[in-house]
Order: sequence, then C-alpha cells, then structure tokens
Amino acid sequence: MDKMPAWADAVLVPLISILLAALISALVILAIGHNPVEAFSIMVKESLTSSRGIGNTLYYTTNFIFTGLAVAVAFHARMFNIGGEGQVLLGGLGVAVVSLYVPWPHWTLALLGATVAAGVFGAAWALIPAYLQAKRGSHIVITTIMFNFIAAAVLNYVLVNMLRPRGAMEPASGAFPEPTHLPTFQEMFSTADTVMFRSAPVNVSFFLAVFACFAVWLLIWRTRLGYQIRAFGHSESAARYAGISPVRITIIAMLISGGLAGMMALNATMGEAERLVLNASEGAGFIGIAVALMGRSHPVGIFMAALLFGFLYQGGLELAFWSGIPQQLITVIQALVILFTGALDNMVRMPLEKLFLALRKGKA
Amino acid sequence: MDLATLIPVLESTIRLSTPLLLACLAGLFSERAGIFDIGLEGKMLIAAFFSAAVAYSSGSVWIGLLAGIAASMTLSAIHGLASITFRGNQLISGVALNFLASGLTVLIAQNWFRQGGKTPTLTGNARLSEWTLPFADSLRDVPVLGPIYSDLLSGHAPLVYLAFALVPATWWVLFRTRFGLRLRAVGEAPEAVDTAGVSVVGMRFAAVAICGILCGIAGAYMATGLQPFFGKEMTAGRGYIALAALIFSKWRPWYALGACLLFGFLQAVALRFQNIDLGAFTVPVQVMDALPYILTVVILAGFVGKAIPPRAGGEPYVKER
Repeated sequence: MDKMPAWADAVLVPLISILLAALISALVILAIGHNPVEAFSIMVKESLTSSRGIGNTLYYTTNFIFTGLAVAVAFHARMFNIGGEGQVLLGGLGVAVVSLYVPWPHWTLALLGATVAAGVFGAAWALIPAYLQAKRGSHIVITTIMFNFIAAAVLNYVLVNMLRPRGAMEPASGAFPEPTHLPTFQEMFSTADTVMFRSAPVNVSFFLAVFACFAVWLLIWRTRLGYQIRAFGHSESAARYAGISPVRITIIAMLISGGLAGMMALNATMGEAERLVLNASEGAGFIGIAVALMGRSHPVGIFMAALLFGFLYQGGLELAFWSGIPQQLITVIQALVILFTGALDNMVRMPLEKLFLALRKGKA
Repeated sequence: MDLATLIPVLESTIRLSTPLLLACLAGLFSERAGIFDIGLEGKMLIAAFFSAAVAYSSGSVWIGLLAGIAASMTLSAIHGLASITFRGNQLISGVALNFLASGLTVLIAQNWFRQGGKTPTLTGNARLSEWTLPFADSLRDVPVLGPIYSDLLSGHAPLVYLAFALVPATWWVLFRTRFGLRLRAVGEAPEAVDTAGVSVVGMRFAAVAICGILCGIAGAYMATGLQPFFGKEMTAGRGYIALAALIFSKWRPWYALGACLLFGFLQAVALRFQNIDLGAFTVPVQVMDALPYILTVVILAGFVGKAIPPRAGGEPYVKER
C-alpha cells in the first residue's frame, strides 16, 4: 500500500523541498546584508520581463535540459553519473572537430553532423566508467569524478597544443567557419520593425533540447529498452532473473547519458561561443544533477526544473551586475536544491507520510 | 638530478602532501565507518576560508584554526543528518555540500572583506610559523644527511608534523583500540554491531565528526600555512585527489601516507617543471595534472590489485523491526 497519494509524491514533496531551499537562500541573502525581496524582483525583471532576458534564460535552460536528461537517464538505471562536466567538455571537442574540419554547405547539415559528433564524443567519455562499473565493479561515481578531471586535462592539452591558432595566447580554438553558424532566436523571430531577443544567445538548439525531452520520455516509458533500464534500476536481481543483462543495460544507459551530456556543447560551443574555449561547460554538468533531482528524472519535470535554473542563472548573473551580490549565490541555491530534494528527501517525506496515514485513519 | 635540485622538489612535496594526507585520513575514518564522503573538498574549502578570515580578524592563527574546524564540522553535521539520521543518499549529500562551500565562501568573503572573494594576506601571528627542528642549523654542513635534515625535514609548519604523526595514530586507533574495532565493524557489518548493543548511529556520527575535524585542519593549513590567504576555490580539487588517494591506498593508513606523498610529489613536479623533457619525448604538464586520477581509475579497475571498499559503505543502516 502506498503511504501517500501519487500527486503528493510527485508534486508536494519536491515543492516543499524547494520552498525550504528558497527560504534558506533568502536567509543567506539577508545575512550578507541584502534584501531578498528586492534581489528576487531584480532577478525576475532581468530574466523574464524582456525578450532579451527571456532569450538568455532559455539559452541556459537549453544547457540544463541536456545535462539534466543525462543525469536522469543514468538515475533510471540507478547510477549516479556525476561526470556530466567531462562529457560536456568532450562533446565540445567533437563539435569543434567537425565544425572546423568538415566543409559544411549549410547549417542544418552542420547541426546534424555536430549532434552526432557531440553525442559520440560524450558517450565515448562515459564508456570507460560504464565498462569498469559493469565488468569490474568500479564505483561509477568515483570513476566519473576522476574522468571529469582527466577530461579537463585532455581538453587543456588539445586546445593549447593542437587547436589553438598560431600566435594566439588564449587556450581556445579558432572561430568556426560561417556555414556552421546556428540561427539565433533573434534571427528567427525578429520582424522588419521589431527586433526580438536582441543579442541573446538562445538558438535553434533549444528546439533540439525540447525534442530530446520527448525522445527520452519515449525511450524510458515506451520502449523495451527503457523498460529494461527502469527494471534494472528498481531491482538488479529481479532484472537479472528476467533475463536482462546488467552489463548491457549499464553500458547502454551510460552511453545515452554521456551522449546527452555531450550534446549540451551544441548550444554552448556551436550556438553561443562559435569556437571551443577551455571551460565550455561552466558548471552546467553539475547543475544537471540538481535539475534531474528536482525534476524527479521525468522529462516534463526536467524541462520545468531547467527553466527554473535558467531563470536562476540569468537572474543571478544580472543580480551580480546590479546589486553586487556575487554570482556564487546561484551555486548556493543549487547546493540547497540538491541537498533538500536529493539528500534530505526523507526529512520532508517522513512527516508527510505520517500526516497522510493519520488522515486516512481518521476517515476510516 | 643532484641533491640540490631534488631537495626543493621533495620539500614542496611534503608541503603539498600535507593537506592531501589530512583530508585522506579524514575520509578514511568516515568511509571505514560506512559513510562515503565526496564532500572532503567542500569541508576543506570552508575551513580554509573561516580559518583565514578569523585568523585575520583575531590576529591569532590558532583561533583561526578552531574556526576552520568548527566550519568543517558544521558541514559534517549536515552530512551526518542527511546520510545517517534521514538515510539520504550519501553521494548526493556530499555533492551538495561541495557546492554549498564553494558558493558560501565567496559570498561571505565578499561581504566581509570586499576583495572579490579573497581574504587579505595574513601577517605575523595570524600565519602559521615554521618550526625549526633541533640542531637544524648546526647539522646543515654534514654531507647528504645534513641538507636532508635541515632543509627537507626541518622548517615546516607544526600542522605538517601533526599530519604525519596522525598516520601512526590513525593506524593505532583503528586497529588497536575498541573504538577502532567498532568503527570498522560499523562499516562492514552494522547489524552485528547493533546486535552487540553498540549504537550504529552514534559510531557513525563519531566517525563523521572526526572527519570534520581533520578536514578542518587540512583547510586551515592551506589558507594559513601553504598560502597566507584564502582565495576563491583555493582547494582546487584537492579533496578529490585525497579521495583518489584513499581508494589508491585501499582504505589503509600507511598506504594512505604513500599515496598522498606520491600525489603530492606529482603536484610538486608539475608546479616546478611544467613540461618534462625526457630526451626522446616530452611529458606535457597536463599529464602530470591528470596522473593521480588516471592512477586511481587503474587501481579501481582492479588491474593492479583490487580496491575493495568497506562492505556497508554508502548504505544507510535501518534497524530491523
């Protein structure tokens, strides 16, 4: 028997957790001598009330959808892929290689090619940890953390010694050629009279992210493979008994996870920077953990959580500009969301379960 | 390479190994009791900030050290609450605490000192002084052993000697006392400890608290000894290297010493030489940066002896009803 109705489990528990996180965030803002209400209104004004602000918010949302989905797919197989950061970096390398060295005739083909490259590079970076988990039992959390650092070193080496244009000081690749330029929302939605989304980096890969949400939903809840992944996540022994190979599911789930993380680079590297820079992920790989936890590993939840974090990120950057509260406030909020929705879940859940049980007893 | 070039590198190895060793021993206590802790990094970072900030404000490094330990133990308490009391996911809790430390230190530092997330440089009594071992000056002229004693082993901050002394101490506590036996048992078979009438929750909280103290000392050494100030993200992944060293040493104190010295040596070499020319080919500095992590993955893969973690590690203990 379920202790709580489904709606309470899916909506009420995360909502209370987020309110707790918001409350403590407000206290933190208060403690460093600022007004939380004022800070919140600046964040809303700068990220949601103009098409430029919305454009920036959606740009970050795109990043977080990809990394959130990546973490979620691994969660479904009961694995914690903390290596999104490294997989994003390698995905960026894949994007850079095909953008720089393949003469694309049109951006649609370039996007297609870059999507494949980003997915393959990201997945490849997840393959070794996945193999080691499946075959040798090495804990995936530790190996993916190690691979984040190794990825940073690899990328540093490649940028400094191979992709950096001759004579340039900065460890970054040269600019991608013009045909790989992805259309931004400004180019897509502006009319002759009004410019929409002025100078916002949001681009066509946002739609790709929305499509990825749908694809992940289809995969997890409507295919045999998705069923196997979920079965494996619920009970490894039962899945094994049902003839599902743990090795196969572990590796496939991690490949999909790494591929999704790698695709974030489409937005950040191909869509925004249009060259490969050293820290292309900007911590989005880690924010994906918060997004997946908050979205309960469901694509709809992830989309909404990514929107919230997009707002927090854009709002937080503007807040740093307008009020002098450092942008690390975003990191604190992110930490609190992970803490309350992930680690302290039972703190919210246990009293609620008791409450619902008491209510039910009262009725009976 | 002669002694004159080797000694500075080894001396810097000792300095750089110290925070790794302290954090590694901290993780050892926690993980031996069955509580995984990937929040070593965050605890070191917040301890580094509070020790530097309080040392600057109070003018005493020792009060700073206490503040650092207190800050680190606060995070430990949250980790314990999440992973012991509320049986949450220990890994997720650790990740959250790392971010919490990373964000809070900059927010508070900016609010307190307004120097872009730094503390002012510590001077005088706010810094860890260096200890000169007895006879260090008079023995310097003895060939070979003289420089090793006077330049390599002498002249470090007291916390360095403490860190190295903690290795045998940890071994003794874990393997020669009743407390240590129970602590290890809690990490292997908590139900057995429970049956014996010892509180699993109490033992695990004790282990997490020790972990907090040691991480606090590690962070304080970084911001008052290794460098005389706190800087944004100054731990720079050392908590994760310590975690790597812990696995590399297979959760054993003496091996931890070896692993931390090795990883400290890699850092020292990377700092001093950048690209290393071996004649036939050069080793790029990035390889030195990545080597601790690569070695750990190799160990984890079980190609060089298998690293088996404590059996009940990562599992919240639920008393049977």
